[in-house]
Amino acid sequence: MQIEQATPTERPRLRLSADLLGRMGLGLVVLLMMTVLTILQPQYFPTRENLTNIARQVSSNAVLALGEFVVVVTAGIDLSVGSVMGLSMIVVAMSLHAGWMSGFALLAALAVGTGVGLFNGLALTKLHLPHPFIATLATLNIARGATYLLSGGVPISGLTPTVRFFGAGEVHLFGEGALALTFPVSFLIVMALYSLVWLFMSKTRTGRHIYAIGGSPKAAQYAGINTNRNLVLVYAVSGAMAGVAGILLAGRVNSGYPTAGTGAELDAIAAVIIGGASFFGGRGSAVGVFLGAIIMGLLRNGLNLMNVSVFWQQVLIGLIILLAVYVDVLRRRAMRLED
Amino acid sequence: MMPLVEMRQIVKTFGPVMAVRGADFSVNHGEVVGLVGDNGAGKSTLMKVLTGVHQPDGGELWFAGRRVHFGSSVDSRRAGIEMVYQDLGLAENLNPIANIFLGREMTHSFAGLRLLSEAEMDQAGRRHLENLQIRLPSLALPVERLSGGQRQSVAIARATAFQARLVIMDEPAASLAVAEAAKVLLLIKRLREQGISAVLISHRLQDVLDVSDRIVVLNRGLKVGDLPREEATMERLVGLIVGKAS
Ligand SMILES: Nc1ncnc2c1ncn2[C@@H]1O[C@H](COP(=O)(O)OP(=O)(O)OP(=O)(O)O)[C@@H](O)[C@H]1O
Ligand SMILES: [Mg+2]
Repeated sequence: MQIEQATPTERPRLRLSADLLGRMGLGLVVLLMMTVLTILQPQYFPTRENLTNIARQVSSNAVLALGEFVVVVTAGIDLSVGSVMGLSMIVVAMSLHAGWMSGFALLAALAVGTGVGLFNGLALTKLHLPHPFIATLATLNIARGATYLLSGGVPISGLTPTVRFFGAGEVHLFGEGALALTFPVSFLIVMALYSLVWLFMSKTRTGRHIYAIGGSPKAAQYAGINTNRNLVLVYAVSGAMAGVAGILLAGRVNSGYPTAGTGAELDAIAAVIIGGASFFGGRGSAVGVFLGAIIMGLLRNGLNLMNVSVFWQQVLIGLIILLAVYVDVLRRRAMRLED
Repeated sequence: MMPLVEMRQIVKTFGPVMAVRGADFSVNHGEVVGLVGDNGAGKSTLMKVLTGVHQPDGGELWFAGRRVHFGSSVDSRRAGIEMVYQDLGLAENLNPIANIFLGREMTHSFAGLRLLSEAEMDQAGRRHLENLQIRLPSLALPVERLSGGQRQSVAIARATAFQARLVIMDEPAASLAVAEAAKVLLLIKRLREQGISAVLISHRLQDVLDVSDRIVVLNRGLKVGDLPREEATMERLVGLIVGKAS
């Protein structure tokens, strides 16, 4: 009895610190990057305008990464998210130009994204395609092709204020005074979605089961977890997030263009990996992925401010991925050695 | 009274491999049954048919007097059948408590949402481990960082955490130290005292002889022996296992 009462206070703290260590590492990287950028570009980087810009620019990738993260936790992968984002963007633009109300256009984009995600999940579980790589590679091409077919290959510009509000709008918090804070709507949406997914993955049964499926499919089966249903759910979530990302992008650039999101799945995957999720499944947190997306945004912004060419930017992003995963490997090794 | 479990003429094939070829198997109320046989005799497969992990290709399953069909381990667990699997089947990335409650998490309602009751599970899990005298270095670390024997203890804890009517243990002591293995046998005896039936699969025949009321021998997917404890001797068992006595 006494032992029982003495231990509970001590153990959760341990869990917290192990968790914190991993997350703080990423948080420190973000702080470090911001400090360096402030020192290097004092007149450009720390301005409200630039920071708002970064927040807006990372939004689409952050939302794509969030959906990708949920899939990666199951040891899966969704290659279709970039194409689905493009498709969603064109669907928004075309339905608006066909005279639909904004609300319906947004719902249509969400439905298309979720639909492709559902298809991915069902192809994996019902058609028994050997690896999610296959199904989502197929839908990557199908969705991109559909985007070109629908749009005839030309951009469609001029969207409604409502749609622009989600992608480019701002809200003012804490009044107009000294504490006034202007926040991009898209970034608020990002934070809301991350909070929701964090809650879902860390605090609900289904989230726990998704982690279990990724950690050990057999354990999930023995525990009576419906693996297929959870997999379909996970791909549907990823598709829905790609739909949201398309809406945010459409609102930001006030148009839909058929090449949008080409290769964006790789940026999303990069954010997930930098954020500490493992391709082997069962690992990672929404918080980490959020920081991963921010790190990529800061990197792009800083390199732009310093006039580094996009080609070098790509090289650097590659190096960052290597570094992030290697640091994680070192951290795991250190954890193992300590006891 | 009908036995708690009755499996009749169970057949299970994996492609060309016929793992179980028309085996009968039963467990009475409060009885401990030893299940022995050579490697590949079909012991694990037969028990996985009983827990719904495998669907039989033939035969009938009766539980507590009723013909049942377990579509997955959810159904069998709901009926009160728990199993320690030979490969343990723990989620390596989750901690021991999460593993004990996997698939049966406690939840509470918060602002209209069903959220995990971590504190309650932690407390109940600790109490259960305490009762089983299982000591783990940490309940916060993922199971992958425990030793083989510690992980086996977690699997045993999971199978006994909920009021079961039948606990099946497939090589539960395979990687346990002598003292820990003795505890598992003691645990099986304690289960019987509480009226809970048990099946013990083990290659350590002495262990099986120690705790079983009855011993069933499988040979190439068929039941070749069903001996009450009094009639079972090491020699007879070994003879049946290697197939000389038939
Ligand atoms: N999931 C599976 N897929 C294909 N074949 C299987 C599967 N499970 C078992 N088998 C085959 O079925 C036969 C019986 O296996 P089973 O695991 O039931 O034996 P066992 O009696 O438990 O052996 P052991 O003492 O080695 O654990 C073996 O030939 C095995 O190769
Ligand atoms: Mg076996």
